[in-house]
Amino acid sequence: MPDDGTVLTTTGSLAGAEVLPVCGRDLVVARDGRRLVDSANLALDQPGVTALMGPNGAGKSLLLRLLAGLIAPDQGAVTWAGTVPDRMRASRVGLVFHRPVMLRRTGLANVAFALKVAGIPRAQRHDRALEALASGGLEHLAASPARVLSGGEQQRLALVRALAPEPQALLLDEPTANLDPVSTLAIEELIVRSAKTGMRILLVTHDPAQAQRLADRIAFMHAGQVEAPVSADTFFNDPASARARAFIAGRLVL
Amino acid sequence: MTKRFLSTVLAGLILSIILLMAPARADETFIIVQSTTSTQNSGLFDHILPVFTETSGIEVRVVAVGTGQAIKNAANGDGDVLLVHAQSAEEAFVEEGLGVERFDLMYNDFVIVGPSGDPAGIAGMTDASDALAMIAESGSTFASRGDDSGTHKKEQALWQEAGIDPAGSSGDWYLETGSGMGATLNTASAMGAYALTDRATWLAFANKGDLVIAVEGDARLFNQYGVILVNPERFAHVKAEEGQAFIDWLRSDEGQDAIGSYQLDGQQLFFPNAK
Amino acid sequence: MDDLSGAFAQAFRLIVGFDPDLLEIVVLSLQVSLSAVILAGLIGLPAGAAVSVTRFPGRAVVIAVMNAMMGLPPVVAGLAVYLMLSRAGPLGDWGLLYTPSAMVIAQTVLVAPIIAALTRQAIEDLHGDYDEQLRAFGIGRSGMIATLLWEARVGLFTVLLAGFGRAVSEVGAVIMVGGNIDHVTRVMTTAIALETSKGALDLALGLGIVLLVIVLGVNALAGLLRMGVAGRAHA
Repeated sequence: MPDDGTVLTTTGSLAGAEVLPVCGRDLVVARDGRRLVDSANLALDQPGVTALMGPNGAGKSLLLRLLAGLIAPDQGAVTWAGTVPDRMRASRVGLVFHRPVMLRRTGLANVAFALKVAGIPRAQRHDRALEALASGGLEHLAASPARVLSGGEQQRLALVRALAPEPQALLLDEPTANLDPVSTLAIEELIVRSAKTGMRILLVTHDPAQAQRLADRIAFMHAGQVEAPVSADTFFNDPASARARAFIAGRLVL
Repeated sequence: MTKRFLSTVLAGLILSIILLMAPARADETFIIVQSTTSTQNSGLFDHILPVFTETSGIEVRVVAVGTGQAIKNAANGDGDVLLVHAQSAEEAFVEEGLGVERFDLMYNDFVIVGPSGDPAGIAGMTDASDALAMIAESGSTFASRGDDSGTHKKEQALWQEAGIDPAGSSGDWYLETGSGMGATLNTASAMGAYALTDRATWLAFANKGDLVIAVEGDARLFNQYGVILVNPERFAHVKAEEGQAFIDWLRSDEGQDAIGSYQLDGQQLFFPNAK
Repeated sequence: MDDLSGAFAQAFRLIVGFDPDLLEIVVLSLQVSLSAVILAGLIGLPAGAAVSVTRFPGRAVVIAVMNAMMGLPPVVAGLAVYLMLSRAGPLGDWGLLYTPSAMVIAQTVLVAPIIAALTRQAIEDLHGDYDEQLRAFGIGRSGMIATLLWEARVGLFTVLLAGFGRAVSEVGAVIMVGGNIDHVTRVMTTAIALETSKGALDLALGLGIVLLVIVLGVNALAGLLRMGVAGRAHA
């Protein structure tokens, strides 16, 4: 059964739904006269994992939402493959929040829902959702109601759900905060595996060790401004700015 | 499975709506009669309508409200026949071209009922206006319809003849219920108040409590019912033929006999007097 | 009290005796009120959800009106529908006055605002939690509304039940547009009103008890249905 008139390739992906590079230029978001995001520039133009680090309140989550097209900037522009974000391509940019939002249905149905919105034909959804669960090692949760799973299981399911429509870019907002080491490891494995397929990943994290484990590049954000991404080695051993140095040393206060 | 169960239930419900909406008795002809609670509550219609329906094949649907409301509804065209008891209002209805012609149909009478203790001392009187004057004088509680019905109009005329304007004492000893005869009698029964009621409703009324008939037999308590066909020239949808058939039958010997033969507790309630 | 025990005796006799007239009245009551709730749900659920997920000028006024309409007196709803359906009214040509359809319309008018207002409240809370995630999936406005309605289904079931309770128990609207015509538009509440006006208080109260039992039965059935739904959702 064709779903909503979208053009589909044989694999069920959206044909011509190109979103790369995901790019934010001169972004400004102001609330009550304060610039929460201040002339920020960030582009996902290379494969691999880009970590976005910075103290609380730096504007990291806000920047992530801007890039995801959930919020419109007051100034500047976000572009996906050169054009303004639109709903039809949203499933090509995966998003996982700090706190997972599960629908009141089974694990399998949660994944199938994301596939349905992405325009995958009904006939393929069940098998593809099962595949996605299996790839994350979550087959055993297929029939479980998602809302009663543990925090770690929910977050893994959220990641699997975001990956199921095969996005070109993946935006992760502190996905392992508050998770135990086992769940954290499972999620990091999935991130590494996805990055190897060429997916562009932006990872907001507070954890320097995690950034060191996963990131190819690190961008430092402070008071709404983003410094140009540098390699993880450079970031930790020879930070570009005094503020970044202070942050790594654990001395930076807002 | 739950989803399937829910949709089954929903489908069943929607089906029942469709069945409900479908004109289940499309082939049956019916007329709507705007009438009063006295004819309905007394059981008269239950007695005579089956006889008419059997001979004519016409179903009669009765909307029973106060005379004032019935006339208003008929004036909106919401009925084929008007059967009420307020002669001057009925004549005005015809004069305005809303009705075709008014016919006398039958009569019964009004009675004044009150608590058996009779605080106003009117029991056995035969002059209704004098009795009302004594109720006012003694300040005994009186429950009025206050709803512009035929009974209410009759009551107002009697007060006028007694030279009393009870509206000034409204809320004091004079209580305007603003509702039907039954509700007003319920009030009177609960409060030990006097009330004017048609005899038919009174006899059929089951919650009399301490109330008894105090005054009856005054010629002015005569209660004439009339019947009018709503004017089809004014309202094209009026079922003139069927409505006229009903009126003709009511006025025929057969209809008049049916009315006269209705008894409740061995008493005749309505007296046919069609000419 | 004599009246009260008489009423229970009457109710018992009515239920056990399975009087065909009573059955007809009960069936019509359920048909009319369930139809009205379904129609009001088809209107009120999406309308309430739409208001909760949309921002537009005058939204606060719309919400205030919706909340105020919850207290709409049945007689006023009945009068409004009467004026529309009366032969002298704009829809008089449809000839619906004094039919069950007119009663369904009047109860729908009465119940739809209640369902819309309660739905808006239920969906608004949910919307705060789900909005970004659903938009991240790439869902549109209508998909958002449909998804939120389905996510809120357990609570909305109670909303529909509240609507049914309101519909089946009101008398002012149905007596005005239905006319309480025997075998045509007589329902539980108008029958109770009629028996009260005849002074047959124990019969009226007996009918009231029957009405209560039926409403209880519908609620119990709905409770079972809801437990099935909630059991599947586990949340």
